[in-house]
Amino acid sequence: MNKITNNKAWFLVLPVFFIVAISAIIPLMTVVNYSVQDIFDPQTRFFVGTEWFEQVLADRRLHDALVRQIVFTLSVLFIEIPLGIAVALTLPRKGWGVSASMVLLALPLLIPWNVVGTIWQIFGRADIGLGGYVINLMGIDYNYSQNPMDAWVTVLVMDVWHWTSLIVLLCYAGLRSIPDAYYQAAKIDGASRWAIFRFIQLPKMQSVLVIGVLLRFMDSFMIYTEPFVLTGGGPGTATTFLSQFLVTIAVGQFDLGPAAAFSLIYFLIILLVCWVFYTVVMNAGKREEQ
Amino acid sequence: MQFQKRHIGLLLYIIFLLLPIYWLFNMSIKTNTEILGTMTLFPDNPTLANYATILTDPAWYSGYINSMIYVGINVVISLVVALPAAYAFSRFNFTGDKHLFFWLLTNRMAPPAVFLLPFFQLYSSVGLFDTHIAVALAHCLFNVPLAVWILEGFMSGIPKEIDETAYVDGYSFPRFFTTIFIPLIRSGIGVTAFFCFMFSWVELLLARTLTSVDAKPIVATMTRTVSASGLDWGVLAAAGILTIVPGALVIWFVRNYIAKGFAMGRV
Repeated sequence: MNKITNNKAWFLVLPVFFIVAISAIIPLMTVVNYSVQDIFDPQTRFFVGTEWFEQVLADRRLHDALVRQIVFTLSVLFIEIPLGIAVALTLPRKGWGVSASMVLLALPLLIPWNVVGTIWQIFGRADIGLGGYVINLMGIDYNYSQNPMDAWVTVLVMDVWHWTSLIVLLCYAGLRSIPDAYYQAAKIDGASRWAIFRFIQLPKMQSVLVIGVLLRFMDSFMIYTEPFVLTGGGPGTATTFLSQFLVTIAVGQFDLGPAAAFSLIYFLIILLVCWVFYTVVMNAGKREEQ
Repeated sequence: MQFQKRHIGLLLYIIFLLLPIYWLFNMSIKTNTEILGTMTLFPDNPTLANYATILTDPAWYSGYINSMIYVGINVVISLVVALPAAYAFSRFNFTGDKHLFFWLLTNRMAPPAVFLLPFFQLYSSVGLFDTHIAVALAHCLFNVPLAVWILEGFMSGIPKEIDETAYVDGYSFPRFFTTIFIPLIRSGIGVTAFFCFMFSWVELLLARTLTSVDAKPIVATMTRTVSASGLDWGVLAAAGILTIVPGALVIWFVRNYIAKGFAMGRV
């Protein structure tokens, strides 16, 4: 669509600009401020330059948390995206089943994150939870609060349970926008099920999938509440992801300087990955159009 | 809708989704002795005592009221400021528009943990700590960009000729916007409100940090009660079920908008 150039449009954007500026720029400046100072009390503070950054970047605990975070985020994407697409393809196209599946699928998305943690905390326990009980009945020694591997699997299954619906809803919306004529044409051509998926359905889902991948990347990279309630980052530090680690140093140990420096690095990582991904995909989209 | 083989997969997936929720519900109508004593798929003696505890104890039910208030304020603020902005982004080029749009999105990407301490200090220093408005404003950080993003998608789907015709017919901008344009994107507003509601309702970290007593949200009440009074699993489960109810009701109202809205919005 051709847009008109008109700088008066700024007036329409101003309210958003102010409200986001208040809740973003001022706090961000505070963080920057902390990250370069050593603060004993409000009157006694020293400028320390990049000391906190160096300290944080050399911190082994941070490296471990970062590696865990990356492994977790990649596993989440590799499971949820294909599973979401698969479920979206099985959804009914019309009838009462549509509303029913929409409501049921969206249900996990509307549950407060700490309640998601609580649900799985209960469900996975061998003594009072159905899931843990059944797995132990099958002869597998499963205990998410003691065994790091079990804790990992539980956190991962919880995230899949919680968020795959988002991908399903997005993909389903993409599929709905395909006119019936496309399918009829494919039928006349004798296209296989795979060909229909590859050349009709997948391209139509591309733009929603970009959003889906971005959202899932960002949110899984900042995950805090669910593992916090479920495992508390344990056993040991097995499921301590970046946010958990940050809250521990900021609120637990009250190390403002390192926490602030770490915050900035954390934010920049997310920003960088999203920007690269967004640019690459948008350029690919443009090339396809030409 | 006739039954097909592919629906088996869907059915299995939905069972996977519902089983943990059912288990929570199952626990919420059991007594604590039964929860800890035996493994039963259905409660032997269903009881509503856990729900009664929550609905009669102000320490519990005030949490729900507080959450509702700040979520409501947040949805209203987000929609009011995002509507004109989304219109500007979808219709005009202006200096710095692309940068501004990306900057807005970066706030959606910011980990709430980063803003924890600064928010606490900012709202404490202006005397807004432990008020509903503080949490509502804090949640604007990620909801306003999201609202602009979704609404912009819906608005771009409306042909620009409609605007032009309205101006030719002598409509002023505010009158055109409120009487013609907003009704056209009803479903978009519904979807946006749904998402703002959702992200504000489920957020714990900021809501817990910015409140202590007067505006304490239910999600914070739950985490605190676990540590305070030992583990009253039944009441905890009942509280969890009650937090799911408002969400389930809201989905029911927007169920037709979800698919339609997504399809129009971003494809």
